[in-house]
Amino acid sequence: MAEMKRAYVRPLDLKQGRVDLTHGSGGRSMVQLISELFAKHLGNEYLGQGNDGAVLPAPTIHGHAGRLVMSTDCHVVSPLFFPGGDIGCLSVHGTVNDVAVMGATPLYLAAGFILEEGFPLSDLARIVESMARAAREAGVPVVTGDTKVVERGKGDGVFITTTGVGVLPDGLELGGSRARPGDAIIISGSLGDHGVAIMSKRENLSFDAPIESDTAALNGLIAAMLATGADLRCLRDPTRGGLAATLNEIAGQSGVGMMLHEKAIPVKPVVAAACEFLGLDPLYVANEGKLIAICASADAERVLAVMRAHPLGREAALIGEVIADDHHFVQLTTAFGGRRIVDWLAGDQLPRIC
Amino acid sequence: MKYIDEFRDGELAKNLAASIGATVEPGRNYSFMEFCGGHTHAISRYGLSDLLPPTVRMVHGPGCPVCVLPIGRVDMAIDLALNHGVILCTYGDTLRVPASDGLSLMKAKARGGDIRMVYSTLDALQIARDNPAREVVFFAIGFETTTPPTAVAIQQAEAEGLANFSALCCHVLTPSAISNILESPEVRQWGTVPLDGFIGPAHVSTVIGSRPYEFFAEEYRKPVVIAGFEPLDVMQAILMLVRQVNEGRAEVENEFSRAVSRDGNLKAQDCVAEVFELRREFEWRGLSVVPYSALKIRQKYAAFDAERRFDLEYRSVPDHNACDCGAILRGVKKPQDCKLFGTVCTPENPIGSCMVSSEGACAAHYSYGRYKDMH
Repeated sequence: MAEMKRAYVRPLDLKQGRVDLTHGSGGRSMVQLISELFAKHLGNEYLGQGNDGAVLPAPTIHGHAGRLVMSTDCHVVSPLFFPGGDIGCLSVHGTVNDVAVMGATPLYLAAGFILEEGFPLSDLARIVESMARAAREAGVPVVTGDTKVVERGKGDGVFITTTGVGVLPDGLELGGSRARPGDAIIISGSLGDHGVAIMSKRENLSFDAPIESDTAALNGLIAAMLATGADLRCLRDPTRGGLAATLNEIAGQSGVGMMLHEKAIPVKPVVAAACEFLGLDPLYVANEGKLIAICASADAERVLAVMRAHPLGREAALIGEVIADDHHFVQLTTAFGGRRIVDWLAGDQLPRIC
Repeated sequence: MKYIDEFRDGELAKNLAASIGATVEPGRNYSFMEFCGGHTHAISRYGLSDLLPPTVRMVHGPGCPVCVLPIGRVDMAIDLALNHGVILCTYGDTLRVPASDGLSLMKAKARGGDIRMVYSTLDALQIARDNPAREVVFFAIGFETTTPPTAVAIQQAEAEGLANFSALCCHVLTPSAISNILESPEVRQWGTVPLDGFIGPAHVSTVIGSRPYEFFAEEYRKPVVIAGFEPLDVMQAILMLVRQVNEGRAEVENEFSRAVSRDGNLKAQDCVAEVFELRREFEWRGLSVVPYSALKIRQKYAAFDAERRFDLEYRSVPDHNACDCGAILRGVKKPQDCKLFGTVCTPENPIGSCMVSSEGACAAHYSYGRYKDMH
């Protein structure tokens, strides 16, 4: 009996092809998309198990069993590609950072893709490659995932949800409720780069600003900070809502106030200029590769020194201190010499008229 | 930032504050109205009042384009988006202004209205070019600063034959609003609102010049100092006002000479005069109906007038009855005097228009200054 000829399967057309509904229907096309794109770039021993879930070794840290930290983040950025990054690397960085700021070592990621019918496969390939690169650099593999396709017009190209798991050593407690009056407030670098880079490419608003998103995985920087043994109370990455939202959140959780010093807050001149003519305040603009550290004031210099020695913390700065305040206000001494509140943002930041 | 940081210098601010402190006469109170929301914003954002002597009080005026927009006008825009199927283009600040039935443009958008935020009238024109089968309406609001761009857009649409573009004109005039305040019984008869002078608008004055204010200075014996929107501009203007009051002068002085001339921008004025004419009356939030205080599109450009094209009728809608925006816009009350302030009316859920834009007196005080009420 002649051997059955293996059916010829036309490879995915990653140059001209587009996502269609069959890529999400559970048939061969879907398997092909997964194997030729996702598994090819993101593949590792766990993803390669090919089951509905990944079987992972019990996490340990420094040879001991640790506690698990888990976080999830949905990414719906527009435009999908922006100066300094894209939705792919962003979806890795965002979740790695959310796990790392808890003090945990990020171990694994899961990724869910919602694709819109008609989306170019070439763009999807760029996104997946960028994701794979970011995961490699952060040292956190994608071990399981899911893909769905929605009809044209019912999605915005690509949405990516990532979930991360990490392990936290016993004894380490970081959290938003741990800030105490007298603590130092430190920022790892300049504010607003990501938000302004994105805005500079929005369809109705494109302007040429030589500014790149700061999207980056912060687990390396955080590991170096933790290794100092400094008395760190809380780490957060000031993404949506920027520095203002994050500090208001911590002030509320800890039941304290904060006093910031405008002169000490690093903002790149080009970001300040873009915010100026858009009528925005950089304190409210999103970051994707920055962290806020609140630590005992006695340890502030030590933490700053370690941060500044790391490529992602070169411009780290002490920007203020935690104070006692029953109203939990975040306040700012302006460079002009006055004082004001840095309040929660109400809705989106909308440009003023004149 | 070159040409900006120089006007926000903390050291210079200290010197100016010392000069103001040395110039005010002991035992005398000074009360100045900054007409513009831009000044209100600068005063709050830079914490400027912390640098002033306690005898100098700043009264916030009605010059916030979003704040003076009456509910009925926002209703018209929402009607266009929801019931006439148009693409409604609007400046961002306008999206959250509360309208009738608990709606705002933002909420109308969530109900399916095609409402798009634009940064300039040119964006609205582009949307009209890109969507030839749709009606595109630009929600034209603001004082003299934003009027010339609307005029240019209408002229451009005519030149291109863009038949699907029109504007819902709600442009208002600064001088009429200032007269209205000066004529109000609180200022003129009862003297419950002491006003010793005005900080004149920055951007508005680049268009209309300083000449239109000469009438107020002379007729009402109130000094006017036109000032830029940077905090040092405001400080310098306050010093100039204090000097005028001390010396019994009531003149128009121009602190913002780097951008404002006596005659203003004649080209822009011509352009506005070509496209617009005076409206007989216009309802303002807070000032109610003010005669000859706004513009409408001339008959010649009627095809680009959304009010005519869609046969819209203005219906006056009263403000929430506990809302003090009206009195706040006239300087009669301070934001914290309003019962709703900071309780049911917050920037997240504005009841009155002064809580919407960060140029509004209530939003500025809530977002930047309310710690002062607590301590």
